[in-house]
Amino acid sequence: MTATTKTPTAQDSRTTSTSTPVSTAARLLGDRRLPVLVTAALFLAMYIGGLSRYQNYGFGEPQVFLNLFIDNGYLVVAAVGATFVILSGGIDLSVGSVIGFTTMFTAWLVERQGLPILLVIPIALGVGAFGGFLMGYVIHNFEIQPFIVTLAGLFLFRGLCLVISKESIAIGDSTVSSLAQAQASLGFGFLSIGAIIALVVLATAFFVLHYSRFGRRVYAIGGNEQSAMLMGLPQGGTKIAVYTVSGFCSALAGLLFTLYIQSGDPLHATGMELEAIAAVVIGGTLLTGGSGYVLGTLFGVLVLGLIKSIIQFEGTLSSWWTKIATGVLLCAFILIQRAMTARRQT
Amino acid sequence: MATTSRWRELTRHHLFWPVAVLVALLLVNVPFTPDFFSIRMTDGHLYGSLVSIVLFGSPLILVAVGMTLVIATGGIDLSVGAVVAITGALTCSYISDQADQNALSAVFLAMGIGLVAAVVCGLWNGFLVARMGIQPIIATLIIMVAGRGVAQLISDGQIITINSEPYKLIGGGYWLTLPFSIFVVAAVVAVTVALTRKTALGLLVESVGGNAEASRLVGIRSRRIKIMVYVFCALCAGIAGLMISSNTSAADGNNAGLWIELDAILAVVIGGTSLLGGRFSIGGTVVGALVIQTLTTTIYTIGVPTQTNLVFKAVVVIVVCLLQSPKFRAKVFGARSGSKPGATGGGTPSATPAKTATTPAEAAPKMEVS
Repeated sequence: MTATTKTPTAQDSRTTSTSTPVSTAARLLGDRRLPVLVTAALFLAMYIGGLSRYQNYGFGEPQVFLNLFIDNGYLVVAAVGATFVILSGGIDLSVGSVIGFTTMFTAWLVERQGLPILLVIPIALGVGAFGGFLMGYVIHNFEIQPFIVTLAGLFLFRGLCLVISKESIAIGDSTVSSLAQAQASLGFGFLSIGAIIALVVLATAFFVLHYSRFGRRVYAIGGNEQSAMLMGLPQGGTKIAVYTVSGFCSALAGLLFTLYIQSGDPLHATGMELEAIAAVVIGGTLLTGGSGYVLGTLFGVLVLGLIKSIIQFEGTLSSWWTKIATGVLLCAFILIQRAMTARRQT
Repeated sequence: MATTSRWRELTRHHLFWPVAVLVALLLVNVPFTPDFFSIRMTDGHLYGSLVSIVLFGSPLILVAVGMTLVIATGGIDLSVGAVVAITGALTCSYISDQADQNALSAVFLAMGIGLVAAVVCGLWNGFLVARMGIQPIIATLIIMVAGRGVAQLISDGQIITINSEPYKLIGGGYWLTLPFSIFVVAAVVAVTVALTRKTALGLLVESVGGNAEASRLVGIRSRRIKIMVYVFCALCAGIAGLMISSNTSAADGNNAGLWIELDAILAVVIGGTSLLGGRFSIGGTVVGALVIQTLTTTIYTIGVPTQTNLVFKAVVVIVVCLLQSPKFRAKVFGARSGSKPGATGGGTPSATPAKTATTPAEAAPKMEVS
């Protein structure tokens, strides 16, 4: 399970495909890394396209690239959580609601209850993880489809947001704003705390999924649940843990979002679960589970983020083009995946 | 002795629990609004809580009926909300471009354009699911994500308001003292029931949902049936889109039909249709949609803050799903009910004994062999 995905490999495989088209194409389609390579190549192509088009507007600044991490740090964390669930063959629709709830809950505890943010952080993370645990527990123990259980989670957390307050709560706490403004200089630019946390989460997830026993169980259950069970893997525990991880990641993403936007709003992050799922799919993880790389998810988020920045640089394009472009990309990658699985079955 | 067996027979009927929940919810309203069940006549129109429940529930019933057939084939359609938005946006933008917004021909043409767009969405979903063999939840996710962008593109990001009397009729008008939308819903439900229960179509749909590959082998064109079902579902969503935009005289690409797919799936589940496919109950779905609408109305009338609406809905989803889960019933009610896992919707004539053997968790997310 070496999941190192470097763009040079993508270029290599493209150049070789010209020599013997049939067999190479067949071999390429059978390669599990293909979607990740395609995504990485797409990201590179989009970035180069942006460079040539908007160079005079400062697209080439290193900070524009780093901003992709700053502006999408929360999405990286949420999508990493979604990667765990999707790899295990499940789905989590509650991501956006848990993020929204966390912003609301944090803002409420800090502003209305006067708790220090450093105390609020573990509470919020605990609530998110517990929510995920409960959903996993119901999914496993009562054998109800993940889709419907996490749908109930979506309703529940969004409802709880509104129960806390119908209006948004701005956070004026000095610790929060100093945290939000803190920057780590890299010499050629800076990263926010949110971006650094996102990268740490990504590295941890990379290690857990590809080098730990738990990660192998996630892949095994997603690959073939029946076989995993017959092999004697602790299927229930793994499943529940996967949803707990997703809940925890969603809550962490919510905290990063709170830092990013410095307020709680009951409508924050509506539909974010779809963005997270789209990022995972575009990153090449098979929606049926069992195959994919968490680094691909990072590329998925970066591609989505790059679409947004290109639309910003373009200036005349409206924001709804983001949705259409996401949908088109989603469609393309689903078809690639389909072509791959069709090959593997035959 | 005879009464107990008749009682048992009654409780076994697949509509018993949905109807019981509906009646219970309706009765909860009585202490808060004593004239809840009264219907009065004003200006030649019937008014009353019951009428408004059906009126406001109409789009949901339509979408849920379409969703029932999709779910019966073992699929799911997440794109209905976006289809609602697209249909509304297309129809309203066409009408708003007309010099005379009250011209009947223009209104009919506008509705035709909107419904054709809905059918195209359905064909696309059906193509991806049946021809490309993509999991339904993923295939329909594409239009769910992109569709709202398309709707905003059509309406140029604005909320299009129109002023057309004939168009207003569908969602907000009255006919024979009743809201016109009730007749539309009744017609769609009647046609669906007639097609699925008076012809073999319903049986074919259930057979495809039970085992698509086996149905294909016995000579059922399972792919064609699947495509048809997605087109029908999108068409229902399109009609609902007309109704919603007509009722508000406006098309809102962002919010029209927001989360209606989730409500519709919920209605189908409450109505006793299994998410695994293989059997369905249109009547159950209609009752399920009414339960959801009544729940919303009840929350209003009881005076509970409306924002808790979603929390209540979450609780209802969980309770209904737990009650449908064979494992939960086995754990809570003992082995007696656990030994008959397929008993929930026992009234419908279907041939899916094999379905109960597979666990939901494993059957749901797997891509089917095609």
